[in-house]
Amino acid sequence: MTVELGQISLLAALLTALVLGLVPMIGTYTGNRRFMAVSTTAALIQCLLVMISFGILTSAFVIQDFSVEYVARNSNSLLPMHYRFSAVWSAHEGSLLLWELILAVWIASVALFSKRLPEVFRARVLAVLGWISVGFLLFILLTSNPFGRLIPSAAEGLDLNPLLQDFGLIIHPPLLYMGYVGFSVAFAFAVAALLGGEVSRDWVRWSRPWTLVAWAFLTIGIALGSWWAYYELGWGGYWFWDPVENASFMPWLVGTALIHSQAVTEKRGAFGNWTLLLALSAFSLSLLGTFLVRSGVLTSVHAFASDPTRGIFILAYLAVVVGGSLTLYAIRAPKMIQGGGFAGTSRETFLLVNNLVFAVMAAMVLTGTLYPLLIDAMGAGKISVGPPYFGLLFTWLLVPLVLALPVGIYSRWQKDEGSRLAGMLRWPLVMSLVFGAGVWIMEPDIGFVSAAGVTGGAWVIFGSMFYVGHLLKRKNSFKIPASVLAMTLAHVGLGVFLIGLSLVSTLSTEKHLRMEAGDKYQMVDYTFQFLGTKVVQGPNYTADEGEFVIYKGEREVTRLYPQKREYAQRGNTMTEAAIDPGFTRDLYVSLGEPLDQNGRAWAVRVYHKPFIRWIWLGSIFMLCGGMLAAANKRYRRKLPVKKPVKTGSKEVTA
Amino acid sequence: MTPTRKRRLTGVLVIIIGVGIAAVVAMQALNENMLFFISPTDVEEQDLPAGKRFRLGGLVANGSVSRASDSLAVAFVVTDGAKSVDVRFDGILPDLFREGQGIIAIGELTPNGHFEASEVLAKHDENYMPPEVADALEKAGHVESET
Repeated sequence: MTVELGQISLLAALLTALVLGLVPMIGTYTGNRRFMAVSTTAALIQCLLVMISFGILTSAFVIQDFSVEYVARNSNSLLPMHYRFSAVWSAHEGSLLLWELILAVWIASVALFSKRLPEVFRARVLAVLGWISVGFLLFILLTSNPFGRLIPSAAEGLDLNPLLQDFGLIIHPPLLYMGYVGFSVAFAFAVAALLGGEVSRDWVRWSRPWTLVAWAFLTIGIALGSWWAYYELGWGGYWFWDPVENASFMPWLVGTALIHSQAVTEKRGAFGNWTLLLALSAFSLSLLGTFLVRSGVLTSVHAFASDPTRGIFILAYLAVVVGGSLTLYAIRAPKMIQGGGFAGTSRETFLLVNNLVFAVMAAMVLTGTLYPLLIDAMGAGKISVGPPYFGLLFTWLLVPLVLALPVGIYSRWQKDEGSRLAGMLRWPLVMSLVFGAGVWIMEPDIGFVSAAGVTGGAWVIFGSMFYVGHLLKRKNSFKIPASVLAMTLAHVGLGVFLIGLSLVSTLSTEKHLRMEAGDKYQMVDYTFQFLGTKVVQGPNYTADEGEFVIYKGEREVTRLYPQKREYAQRGNTMTEAAIDPGFTRDLYVSLGEPLDQNGRAWAVRVYHKPFIRWIWLGSIFMLCGGMLAAANKRYRRKLPVKKPVKTGSKEVTA
Repeated sequence: MTPTRKRRLTGVLVIIIGVGIAAVVAMQALNENMLFFISPTDVEEQDLPAGKRFRLGGLVANGSVSRASDSLAVAFVVTDGAKSVDVRFDGILPDLFREGQGIIAIGELTPNGHFEASEVLAKHDENYMPPEVADALEKAGHVESET
């Protein structure tokens, strides 16, 4: 009977969220401090209730309660224990509950760690978050209840989708959602600022650490998804421009623009309205992503079989959030922060380039993702947009971004001299050109575009590192400000990513072969020998396991054991690739299908992927940079006592 | 016009021109990379030119899959119940590729009338039918009997 408690707990959470959305908001308009103080209690109680609900669903998986429909559909008595935890978010209902749990945790964190904010502003932020939570809880309770019973109870579960029985899937969704949902905090800060008609730019500084943390989580969440696709889908791709990948990538692009424009607004006051708009867009795009994934309007590897009412609900929710926030923006933005001017050569200009490029990138991805839907809705046929569209556009858009990045780091706010910048950037420029040319000479096959990519990556890395050196020399001390270190880490991450991407996209060798036991195949410096397959038994699957010996010259490098698994319960076949990872290259083998009756001949994929790890390594650098920036002491400093923030005027409805 | 205004105006103009160029390039790229989804019935009716890439979708006809004995080349028939198309492919088929399964093949028609696929997609979830395929089957009057 316990699962019903989960549902009751979720209902109670909905009521608490309503209180959180209403009471403190009323308090901010009537000046009732006790009303405003309700926000903290309500935020914490809501978090507790959602945790209970989530815990109950998890325990239903752990004890294998197949009388719960959701458990019966996504688990099985043979499922290993660690996958019973991740099975909770393996399908629609549970992943929404995870979304809500993470939202509740973010809200509770805001309640706990923003005690220093002016109370009116803080109450509004929490109330806005309360409304977001109300929408999601309604969505779960009305369309996607994970606690539904199965009568009569199932004797055995259907099993978890084998693709999801993997370590990557234990951690990828929670981290990705931390990012997605985290942008709700930046959104709430922006809405609260609009409601209050904030003219001071303090609120931008308060919202920065939250935005940075969300961005860092989203970065690593996307990177993990890419890594998972690479080893688990069995064909070595790491990014497919699949609509659902795009759905997570759009908030990332806008979020990246946002963390940069926040810097300008905080320091100089410029771009104030733009920062607001980006904060509203980042979360709106997160919601759009949820809509695209959950409504089943898209053809995607992530699309679940769908239910139209869910799509309609999310669409309505999206309309309220986007429509409401943009209306508020239209009314209030003209009266908000007004920034100082700046010259053509100044840090503002280069950050403007950054923002324009990221905004255009997000718009392009949005176009490529929604265009097929539009064409279909007009009845003009069913189309899809191929990866070359995205590849081409990103290649071109990266040019101004990469060129401007190091220059922006060195330049001063407001006004700088081109000659001064040229003097300081001379060495990084020369070094990156030499580096790029050197790589091109060593690997002539990479071609001009990739050589340019490597040079660009090096330009970003050298430019960032030299800046640290430049600061050390100027200050004549070994103390580098944490903010500079954070920025350098993230930018070096971008450089590493660019170099990896350029090299892997041109140096990779991929071969599909027919191999019989004993066959050898030579690829680059390596010889792959197929020794044959044997049958192995897993906890809930049977597999054909191939054995490959890889030689470099005469020396044995490694042995790889790719598998072809049969999951009996669902009758699924799964490819389990075997990879020998390395800093400069991955060796990748996966089994296709048996080609003859006695299982001697197999279709085999053999890949050599140089520098592919650099793509994820770069993302880890970005994660560290984002976290370090968020941890900056500056954001935790006690606020100087100020006059209370103006309460909003009457014509605005919350 | 004051110098400040003039400078702002130049700035705004540069941005507009830049974004405009990006938009034109994007539209061009979008048009070049659009792949139409086409069912076997459409192939029959539309008389498509050889060499034009598109996505062919339908069910793999029962008993139609045949393999070469010394390479990865494979041939099969994709059908929507009413019409069918011969497909050739040289490579590794996805895990969920089966006879009777809904698939999407990306490639082009050759002058001798068969479809040369460069990529074959089947979905991860065995219950999941690509929406385009489900739609095409419905149009062709194929009664859905898959589990």
